Amino acid sequence: MISRAAGKRPRFSLARFWAVVFKEFVQMRRDRLTFGMTIGIPLLQLILFGYAINVDPKHLAAAVLLADNGPQGRTLLYSIQNCSYLDLVRRVNSESEANQLLERGDVQFVINIPVNFTHDLLRGDRPSILLEADATDPAATSNAIGALRTLLNSALQNDLKGPFAFLAGAEGPVDLRVHARYNPEAITYYNIVPGLMGVVLQMTMTVITGLAITRELERGTMETLLAMPTRPIEVMTGKIIPYILLGYIQVILILSVAYFLFHVPIAGSLWLLFAVALIFIIATLAVGITFSTLAQNQLQAVQMGYFFFLPSILLSGFMFPFRGMPQWAQWVGEVLPLTHFLRIARGILIKGNGLRQIIPQLWPIVLFIVFAMTVAVKRYRRTLD
Amino acid sequence: MTDDFVIDVAAMTKQFDGHKVVDNVDLQVHAGEICGFLGPNGSGKTTFIRMLCGLLRPDAGSGTCLGYDVINESEAIKRNVGYMTQRFSLYEDLTISENLDFVARMYSVRDRRRAVRDSLDRLGLSQRSRQLAGELSGGWKQRLALAACLIHQPKLLLLDEPTAGVDPQARREFWDQIHELAGQGLTFLISTHYMDEAERCHRLAYILNGVLLAHGTTGEIISETKLTTWEARGPDLLEIAKKLRINEGVEQAVHFGNLLHVSGADSQALEKAIEPYRTGLHRWRQIAPGLEDVFIHLMKNSKEKTSQ
Ligand SMILES: Nc1ncnc2c1ncn2[C@@H]1O[C@H](COP(=O)(O)OP(=O)(O)O)[C@@H](O)[C@H]1O
Ligand SMILES: [Mg+2]
Repeated sequence: MISRAAGKRPRFSLARFWAVVFKEFVQMRRDRLTFGMTIGIPLLQLILFGYAINVDPKHLAAAVLLADNGPQGRTLLYSIQNCSYLDLVRRVNSESEANQLLERGDVQFVINIPVNFTHDLLRGDRPSILLEADATDPAATSNAIGALRTLLNSALQNDLKGPFAFLAGAEGPVDLRVHARYNPEAITYYNIVPGLMGVVLQMTMTVITGLAITRELERGTMETLLAMPTRPIEVMTGKIIPYILLGYIQVILILSVAYFLFHVPIAGSLWLLFAVALIFIIATLAVGITFSTLAQNQLQAVQMGYFFFLPSILLSGFMFPFRGMPQWAQWVGEVLPLTHFLRIARGILIKGNGLRQIIPQLWPIVLFIVFAMTVAVKRYRRTLD
Repeated sequence: MTDDFVIDVAAMTKQFDGHKVVDNVDLQVHAGEICGFLGPNGSGKTTFIRMLCGLLRPDAGSGTCLGYDVINESEAIKRNVGYMTQRFSLYEDLTISENLDFVARMYSVRDRRRAVRDSLDRLGLSQRSRQLAGELSGGWKQRLALAACLIHQPKLLLLDEPTAGVDPQARREFWDQIHELAGQGLTFLISTHYMDEAERCHRLAYILNGVLLAHGTTGEIISETKLTTWEARGPDLLEIAKKLRINEGVEQAVHFGNLLHVSGADSQALEKAIEPYRTGLHRWRQIAPGLEDVFIHLMKNSKEKTSQ
């Protein structure tokens, strides 16, 4: 008796897998609201962030600590006052005063012109100017830094003529040192698009699949499903497939809007990005499926989705620079698939990374999938108990 | 197998939160039989049926269903059983034919398209095949649910209150169909609490608070219960019934139109009780007790037992 039971244990059946896939597809198509949301959310997010991307912030508050008494120091001060990117709100007399202003957020920059600036400049020592920047908002900082760099060279250009022309040199007469505070990685605004892609995928995919099984429970269709001779893995994987496609629609949507509307450059291979996106999408779906096997109803599944979403968005490096976080937060972050996907997507889109560079970020996601799916299949009800 | 039992289980027990919802139930159903499974709401019918097809794990009990072990071989049982849930549990956001197609795929039905088409034709659903299941009325939903649990040609059908909320005409058609299928060799276990439906079954099992109180044909159950029933015709039956109900020997005094049925287990005590009213005014005659009288009797008996 027992051996026969073991022998007849149905193996993974492609027919049943496809049955679930087809069913989910039709249901997805009929569920206009959810479908609309998966398209609407990324669009809305992009538009909202798009404004942040698009702004070219000017008139940022700055303070100058001028310790030099020479004419070139004054030339600099004068040109900073005339720079449209910066608003010179204060002249400070000490480091500590400058620090206070930065900490309180009264100014976003402190330009530090050191003692003997003129003297060193004329001697050809390439004196350094320290720019302390509050880089919390990278979109604001990067433009201003760029502007300051050109300004420094052109302002001094007029003074360094004739016998001093050699000082202008190839490297420029001064050394601008930027000390980016609060955001040492100096995340640029292009970072937002790859980040947003991960965040949107995570947000919608986890919640939608989280609903997939709890919905069957709530509507009572679970009883039909359980009365059928199926394996949990057939139902799980079958339910995931249609949402993978939905995820791709989101990826394509985000990339198109970013590229055509906001002119975000795409440095690396799109195909590589699509391939990696698949792995990340599967990870988010696996989380959703796992949640739906743990939750009693749809509301709980949604709550779990958001419970997972919060650390993901906070600790993945999307909101705050990863290396700036406390150690424990970094450890938590390393576990989250979003963290790794962000690095991968930024690497591919911004730095033009290839497969070799992203492999170290890939396997943690795969590990995560294996773990989540194991929990899901283990937790999937085989009975109504 | 020496006999042809399609369902043969013993001592089936299921507890929820320490409360025995199904308590030590034995049941045998022959091939080709329509077994009616009766009992008031909450008596454990659904729970028992769910244990048979592997949806719930019994706490105790053993036996076979279609020759497969109910504990270890539920996969095989699931493949050969059609289970119609009490609550409609197909997909309301799929059309009739999409639902049938899904079920057919899940059971790996051969020549699926034809199976779906045939089942649509047989149940008169062809015209509505593109209608969403959620938009159907109770009677049509029930037809669809039956079609869905027949599509993989099961040998045993477990139908849980299939006719609840269905109009009498549809109910009659439904039962005609059940009998036709039984004639083709299918076996049925049908839970219901309609008495007229009970009478259309070959055999009955009556369950109350998880305990199986009676099992057999209608005739067997009625004769085993040894209930005596008298029918009265005449004036002032309302008054008489009130007085009789207080009497020890009278268990039930129930009005049926212009008639009064008075029943009791002790026939002598009953006769003594009605003696004062056997005047020329009323016509009394002894009749065979009805199923309902018997079940109410069983219910009262069991209440007395538990309160003792
Ligand atoms: N999953 C469950 N958890 C707890 N109690 C349950 C569960 N299912 C059924 N019950 C209880 O078991 C009893 C029998 O229920 P059920 O089998 O549905 O009876 P019936 O089908 O005869 O109306 C009821 O009291 C019901 O509340
Ligand atoms: Mg029930």
